[in-house]
Amino acid sequence: MSQVPTPNGPADDADPDDEPIPMMQSLIDNPFLLLFLGVAMPTVLYIVWGVMEIVGIPLAK
Amino acid sequence: MAVNRNFRTCPSTGLVYHEPAEKLIRWNAVAGVVSLLVGGILALLVTLTRWPAVKLLPPDWFYLVLTAHGLDMLVFWIIFFEIAVLYFAASTLLKCRLATPKVAWVAFWLMIVGALMNNVAVFKGDSSVMFTSYVPMGAHPLFYLGLILFAVGALVACFVFFGTLVVGKAEKTYNGSIPLVTFGAVTAAIIAVFTIAAGAIILIPTFLWSVGLVSHIDSLMYRTVWWAFGHSSQQINVAAHVSVWYAIAAIVFGAKPMSEKVSRGAFVLYILFLQLASAHHLLADPGLTSNWKIFNTSYAMYLAVLASMVHGLTVPGAIEVAQREKGFNKGLFEWLRKAPWGNPSFSGMFMSLVGFGFLGGISGVMMGTEQLNLIIHNTIYVPGHFHATVVVGTTLAFMALTYFLIPTLFRRELMFPGMAKWQTYVYGLGMMGFSVFMMGAGTLGVPRRHWDMAFSGAALPHEFPGTAYLMMGLMAVSGILAVVGGAMYLLITVGSVFLGKKIQTPDFKRVPVREGMAPPPVPVAAVPAGHGKIGMGGFVAPGTFVLAMVFLTSFILYYFVNWKYLSTVWPLK
Repeated sequence: MSQVPTPNGPADDADPDDEPIPMMQSLIDNPFLLLFLGVAMPTVLYIVWGVMEIVGIPLAK
Repeated sequence: MAVNRNFRTCPSTGLVYHEPAEKLIRWNAVAGVVSLLVGGILALLVTLTRWPAVKLLPPDWFYLVLTAHGLDMLVFWIIFFEIAVLYFAASTLLKCRLATPKVAWVAFWLMIVGALMNNVAVFKGDSSVMFTSYVPMGAHPLFYLGLILFAVGALVACFVFFGTLVVGKAEKTYNGSIPLVTFGAVTAAIIAVFTIAAGAIILIPTFLWSVGLVSHIDSLMYRTVWWAFGHSSQQINVAAHVSVWYAIAAIVFGAKPMSEKVSRGAFVLYILFLQLASAHHLLADPGLTSNWKIFNTSYAMYLAVLASMVHGLTVPGAIEVAQREKGFNKGLFEWLRKAPWGNPSFSGMFMSLVGFGFLGGISGVMMGTEQLNLIIHNTIYVPGHFHATVVVGTTLAFMALTYFLIPTLFRRELMFPGMAKWQTYVYGLGMMGFSVFMMGAGTLGVPRRHWDMAFSGAALPHEFPGTAYLMMGLMAVSGILAVVGGAMYLLITVGSVFLGKKIQTPDFKRVPVREGMAPPPVPVAAVPAGHGKIGMGGFVAPGTFVLAMVFLTSFILYYFVNWKYLSTVWPLK
């Protein structure tokens, strides 16, 4: 956690802007990555998987 | 091309409105409320027809009215209002200009034309195919074309929302991560993109089928893909109304989330898994395996259910912490007793939260279980469940938000403030009763959608117990109470917006990009040591913890009572 910089000298820690952003936060901060995941997951797990099962139903003879 | 950078700051709330965004939020919200008005009148007609003692409409009119009610409420009211929420969450909360307002207006008019076209097709009388419009039951081509145009407009509006996020980041109107409420709106927009794309995948070929260009649509294929649109559209609502809960907790109490990380994590679980529940509409369909059904109806092993429980815990928890820090720290529930129950924004939000969790959430998990689903499949229990989620959950939350938006967005004083205090209770309690009695009747086997539960004149009539008729009667009385609550809401909102006393506030002025930038972040002075001396027994929010335990106990009991019930209707030896 950063500390308040002293008025007459350099701060003990680096500037808060220079702190590396945690990986999970940078993922969550990217709305387009989330958009991709949010569309891909149900497309694969619900639609593609479901359609494959329906297509695989044998036709009545 | 000159970019509109006209902003105004609301003096009472400090919210910053971009001129085109404000107009679009207003117009989308008004279009939503008009849809609610039409859908509400139709709701009264449906209720009075399903009341066995009244049976108001003849069968053909009943199915027409039920179709229009479903579409006006589940699609047009909700999505128009959600687009208003998206623009508010992006432009106003990020204090940035709306991306491409002209495109946003094109989206709006596409949605209006689509909604009108669809309503015209239904009211002409040859498209009484219900909200689901299952093939091979065919509707007029305008029915499908209207839905497609509406969906395209909504999709464009979602991308205007994403564009606005890009504008805010590029023009540095905020630092770090977007606010939690905006993150919830991102979740809703992502679910909306999947929903609308799924709708296009199935509705475009169905439209071509209706005009004779495609010879055949497989009914199971239609049902599977359509529900990715039909059910996911209701999951947009969940993400949107949870965002509204967080917003109202912050507005009314100044409450901060108990843990931003946990709340954002819960929204990510929504993004990944919430849409999968569409499968519970297909649990009784042959052709799809139990693997697919169980994985999808469990929202990928209940991870999205976990997310809802996280939100249901953290929103009241944040309110409790805020109230205790203000001094309402006695016992378990002083914070709740001393909450502003006369403020319709709070009372509506809190009833939305409780009703969504206890009625909609628990029943949703029960009916999403493959075996238990057999008890209630295609009974009136199903609309009982979704009236608890979509109406008590979403509509009530949106109504609660409206009371905050009228003074700040429409710059009008609220008309009939005394009535507004009661409106959320009349509507909320009416709809809760409506949902509970529907679920009760459904448990006794009363079918959904059917004009006549007695099957009069049928070759094989069915004799329902008297309790089923009692439940249907109580459902209708509760429904009428809810319609009265809805009429109160429309009277207050329409009256305030068009006739309410104007609030004089500073008007729009041009703001250069540099002045619109967020100030640099202030370094944190010290590590927060906690919440001070609030709470009891080591808990900062013990009341919420007790409420959560009550919820879990109810959840477990109801779930296993239904297994017991299943064993009596489906004996295995």
